[in-house]
Amino acid sequence: MAISPRYTREIPHRYRLEAQKFKCGTVSFATRYICPDSKCTESDKITLKGTGTILSYTVVHIASDQFAKETPFAVAIIETDEGARLTAQVVDCKPEDVKIGAKVEMVFRKIMEEGASGIINYGYKAILV
Amino acid sequence: MRDVAIIGVGMTKFGELWNQSLRDIFAEAALKAMANANIKELDALYVGCMSSGLYVYQEHLASVMADYIGQAGIPATRVESACASGGLSVRSAYLEVASGMSDIVLAGGVEKMWDTEDGTFVLATASDQEFEAFNGVTFPGLYAMMANAYMHRYGLTREELAAVPIKNHKHSVNNPNAQYPFELDMKAVLSASMVAEPLRLMDCSPITDGAAAVILCPLDRAKEFTDKPIKIRGIGSATGPIALHDHKDLTKLDAVRLAAERAYKMANLKPSDISFVEVHDCFSIAEIIVAEELGFFEYGKAGKAIAEGQATYGGKIVINPSGGLKAKGHPVGATGVAQIIENVEQLRGDAGKRQVPNAKFGMAQNMGGSGGSSVVHILEAM
Repeated sequence: MAISPRYTREIPHRYRLEAQKFKCGTVSFATRYICPDSKCTESDKITLKGTGTILSYTVVHIASDQFAKETPFAVAIIETDEGARLTAQVVDCKPEDVKIGAKVEMVFRKIMEEGASGIINYGYKAILV
Repeated sequence: MRDVAIIGVGMTKFGELWNQSLRDIFAEAALKAMANANIKELDALYVGCMSSGLYVYQEHLASVMADYIGQAGIPATRVESACASGGLSVRSAYLEVASGMSDIVLAGGVEKMWDTEDGTFVLATASDQEFEAFNGVTFPGLYAMMANAYMHRYGLTREELAAVPIKNHKHSVNNPNAQYPFELDMKAVLSASMVAEPLRLMDCSPITDGAAAVILCPLDRAKEFTDKPIKIRGIGSATGPIALHDHKDLTKLDAVRLAAERAYKMANLKPSDISFVEVHDCFSIAEIIVAEELGFFEYGKAGKAIAEGQATYGGKIVINPSGGLKAKGHPVGATGVAQIIENVEQLRGDAGKRQVPNAKFGMAQNMGGSGGSSVVHILEAM
């Protein structure tokens, strides 16, 4: 899989947690042209504070090849304090310490390498606070 | 719009079909369906397939298949909606016949999953690549997060979750096309290797090669081809958020509920009219949530009901008489069509030892991704 050419446009959300805040109040972490709830299109770019709560989680034991050497690793669905939702790995802890309702903070980390000669991708992971 | 009937069905055995290619298995199913309907010519063809490009590097699939089954010249369309590609293929063919555009249309589905190196990666392309798969979450991982959310809210136990594959494997023993037609006990499920907590290998549908095909025609012509036409009484199709984290409630599947509401409305039927249902049990938790969204059980109650025998013969409704995706196998693009075939065989009274008695209405529920799409069909014995 070669996804390198597109990585520059992914930088705002992967590196800076840029999100879309619509006039109706909805905050979407995937930047969007239109609010899926109110259909409003007036919005501002905001930067998420990076704090939130775990809504659900799993510990992945069988991963795709790119993540196979990291198993077992925890992944969670997180609602940020602004109300945006995202999915991220939860690191720097034992997987069994990850719980629904736990508070987390997003950190900047290496995510994966695109094979032996591809680029190294960076992004966000969560740590328990 | 004209009423539409299914007049022929055909499928391969599901499993590891090492000696047959992608086109071989599709042709086997399609030609069986055409023979079953006593026809030699098609007016049009639909092929449901999730990812022939990633699995075996073949695109332009509708033309490949039209050519290989001796029908080059007809209009042919590939339909893709991840694991719901098969159901959407049947819906697309239905619309072509109902509209009056064509009379004899084949709706097929196919997937060749054993010829690839990294199937976990291919399946994860049905999730949100940038916001889910990029962060390492797998497909079982998404359903595992639904399972944890559901268990946390409703107190579903690990044993109740295991009741789903145990029941489906019990049903599959009587299905000659099933990939894994053997019974499972609780110990086998609870000691299987962990995939994504709390889901173990025996909670997960397998990797499968397989193809399935049905032939549709206007209901008023159906008796020219068969003594036992099956009417398509209702269809509902819906989409949902592509990323699981954008589902407002992680224990619900909005696309399934919307598709079911549309199918019931079109059919003018309610859940208690349905004798059996083929549901998309890609993971054990999926069958539980889907059974609630289809209206067969209240929210939070399906797990216990299935564990208590309410979803097998003699219970409230028979769920997955074929063995479901778990035991019959899950060649993703073919699954939705195979669910329709199980409906046809049951409603014709041809299901042998797995026959659901006195079945008048059956249902098939097919689903893409973590609820990004769903297609529901209601079929009727004539």
